[in-house]
Amino acid sequence: MTRLIVVRLLFGALTLWAVSLVVFAATQALPGDAAQLILGRDATPERLAVLREQLNLGEPVAVQYMQWLQGIVQGDLGTSFSNRRPVAEYLASPVQSSLTLMGLSALVATPVALAVGAFSALRRDRAFDHTSSMGTLIVASIPEFVVGILLILLLGPGGLDLFPSVYARQGGPDQWILPVLTLSLAVAPPIVRMMRATMIEVLESEYVQQARLKGMSERLVLWRHAAPNAIGPVAQVVALQLAWLAGGVVAIEYLFNFPGVGKVLMDAIANRDVPLIQAVVLLIAGIYILVNLVADVIGLAANPKVRVANR
Amino acid sequence: MTQENTPDDTTALLVDGLTVIGRPSDVEIISGVSITVRRGEILGLVGESGSGKTTLGLSLLAHCKRATEISGGRVEVAGADLATLSEQGVRALRGRAVAYIPQSPASALNPALRLRTQLREALHDSSLSAGEVSERVREVLREVALPDDDAFLARYPHQLSGGQQQRVAIAMAFIGRPDVIVLDEPTTGLDVTTQAHVLDTIRRMTRDYGTAGVYISHDMAVVAGLADEIAVMYQGELVERGRTEEVMAAPGHEYTRRLLRAVPLLRTDHRPEESAPEEEPLLRVRGLSAGYGRTTVLEDIDVSVSRGECVALLGESGSGKTTLSRSVVGLHHQFSGEMLFDGARLATGSYRRTAEQRRRVQYVFQNPYEALNPRKRVRDQILGPYRHLVGRPQDPDAVVAEALERAALSASYANRFPEQLSGGERQRVCIARAVATKPDLLVCDEITSALDVSVQAEIVALLRNLQDAGMALLFVTHNIALVSNIADRVAVLNKGRIVEYGPVGEVMSAPEHEYTRALIADTPDFAPQGA
Repeated sequence: MTRLIVVRLLFGALTLWAVSLVVFAATQALPGDAAQLILGRDATPERLAVLREQLNLGEPVAVQYMQWLQGIVQGDLGTSFSNRRPVAEYLASPVQSSLTLMGLSALVATPVALAVGAFSALRRDRAFDHTSSMGTLIVASIPEFVVGILLILLLGPGGLDLFPSVYARQGGPDQWILPVLTLSLAVAPPIVRMMRATMIEVLESEYVQQARLKGMSERLVLWRHAAPNAIGPVAQVVALQLAWLAGGVVAIEYLFNFPGVGKVLMDAIANRDVPLIQAVVLLIAGIYILVNLVADVIGLAANPKVRVANR
Repeated sequence: MTQENTPDDTTALLVDGLTVIGRPSDVEIISGVSITVRRGEILGLVGESGSGKTTLGLSLLAHCKRATEISGGRVEVAGADLATLSEQGVRALRGRAVAYIPQSPASALNPALRLRTQLREALHDSSLSAGEVSERVREVLREVALPDDDAFLARYPHQLSGGQQQRVAIAMAFIGRPDVIVLDEPTTGLDVTTQAHVLDTIRRMTRDYGTAGVYISHDMAVVAGLADEIAVMYQGELVERGRTEEVMAAPGHEYTRRLLRAVPLLRTDHRPEESAPEEEPLLRVRGLSAGYGRTTVLEDIDVSVSRGECVALLGESGSGKTTLSRSVVGLHHQFSGEMLFDGARLATGSYRRTAEQRRRVQYVFQNPYEALNPRKRVRDQILGPYRHLVGRPQDPDAVVAEALERAALSASYANRFPEQLSGGERQRVCIARAVATKPDLLVCDEITSALDVSVQAEIVALLRNLQDAGMALLFVTHNIALVSNIADRVAVLNKGRIVEYGPVGEVMSAPEHEYTRALIADTPDFAPQGA
């Protein structure tokens, strides 16, 4: 199993490298003069010269890329154009906020979605199952920022006035509630549906029937016999959804004026702040790969055949 | 009915007027079934698939599959009526008063749990201390002739052989010393040698424990050797019941007689060979070795099949017989050695064979429930390979009708979907699909093992007709009785090597290899007098 994990890790690193190529190609190595493109109407000969110098545009593309990559590997993400601060330092606080937001959403959404899915499978074709099935379908079919707007209208100051709808630096912890709720609702439906489908399959299996015929209580049947066999397939979907959070957080942060990487990315795009864009996109890709890697490992660990084979 | 329900103190199980209906259609799946089983005895419950025998078996534990329910009758075990008990009450009795041994332990043992967990939890609700539970687990493992050490208990089901898995399932059922044990075709997936050991274990355990057994099976041969009493199910009703010797000697119901006739008898008489194999056989395999990755499965195989001849490949699961047949048809690529078909070399993969070679060698798969595309009509299933290998037919209806006729089905089946067919009909469609291209060699991979004994007999008769019409058959099976009835020559495979090869009459009457002798000895001894 260790070998399998190492192989997965290597593939993860390879994917990240491929992403860095794409990011670099899309931002800096485009045909034409990148400096001209970035500065647009603000271009003056002096500023163009400074920027060309900073991006090493005089060098061949391969050398530019190697220098850029070397910087990133050493933790040097470059200097932001718009505020002249090192990108790494500038990003520290938003990254922390965003990761907290994503982490909270994952902690809320995953267990609730798994429980709802498992319970739907147990109550198959009964009221609870139909309700959750309708509910997840409706939520899944609405874009997440619309869900956010609806929540603001319903629970925000304009509606029931339960929670603040805009993040403010000096606000209390309740200002986290609506962003977390919105992201959780966006992430949960596919997990609920996958958990339900997998659990139904597992509950119909002969080993679950055998457990019942042995006189196990429904609680033991569900948690000891059924759940471990559902983890593998469901982990993949959970990972996809949580990885989606890394990108999905962008629109939601904008909606709630939340000071995270999403907002930084929006601003960076508006300012054509290339080093910042490169760093944020790489970061999102990195989270994506990492979460999927964790899911792969969980999927492998949940399979006793793999667990035993390479010990 | 040859016996009345007269319960006395030796009665362990009493079922009276049990009826199970489907929801919401209210169709009776089993109607008014009454049986009694005494302590230490085994009742053989026989019938074909769909006769309701598994439904009956499960309802003895008050378990109903989805959308079915017990609508009437009594199931008395250990003085309690399971049909009327609460869910809680039934749960307390399961495992201790009545236990279940499943058909396929490979799917009934939880793949994610260690044997220790699965065995220990079968002793739920008992008053034993943790140490006593461990002691009991070890004791029952010894009784089914399995290792009782910690390393074994720490294993997962996939680390056991099929026979060991079934022993674990038996141990799991007996661990709580139940009064009644329900066995649902527990030897179906096992080869004869393992089956003989498992049946032996079951017989001994029921006697030692004084447990009443209900043994569900479609195979009269197995039941005849094991059961004290036989009950025959047909379309949800009990049509015959009596002591085994009486039912075997004088079956009262027409359906019972049909079941008895359908059992292939092991023929060990010496028959003269009908004709010597011709000079150049249709298929000649010489010095073939095959494997997967670095594992070698087959070594040094020599087999030949002549025109119009049936050659059987006989062996247990894991002997390499399916690998050999897949190599012949081009589905398994990793083999070396000589393979000549009608004088021309056959390439390792089917892609590298000519269309004509592929047309002339066809394959019928083991499981007809998986070998047919559920979304295509029979007509399209048959025409698919035909169009691919022969070309667009002038008159597709005639092609389909002829293929169906050769498989003994009427042309009216052409518009059906697989789900509208029974298991036997599905396998006939598979055969029709294979013979549509008029092949010279038909490779049959265990094609009867997923079917009821009564249906097996029909399929075998069908194959014999095809053979009489000049087709050569390579018949892969683990059923030695079947081989003795259908094959002209037989190759016995053991651990990837052919240990015996010759005319079937000679091999059966004077087996030279010890392995062949063991196979013949382990086959259930079955001799119906009245049939």
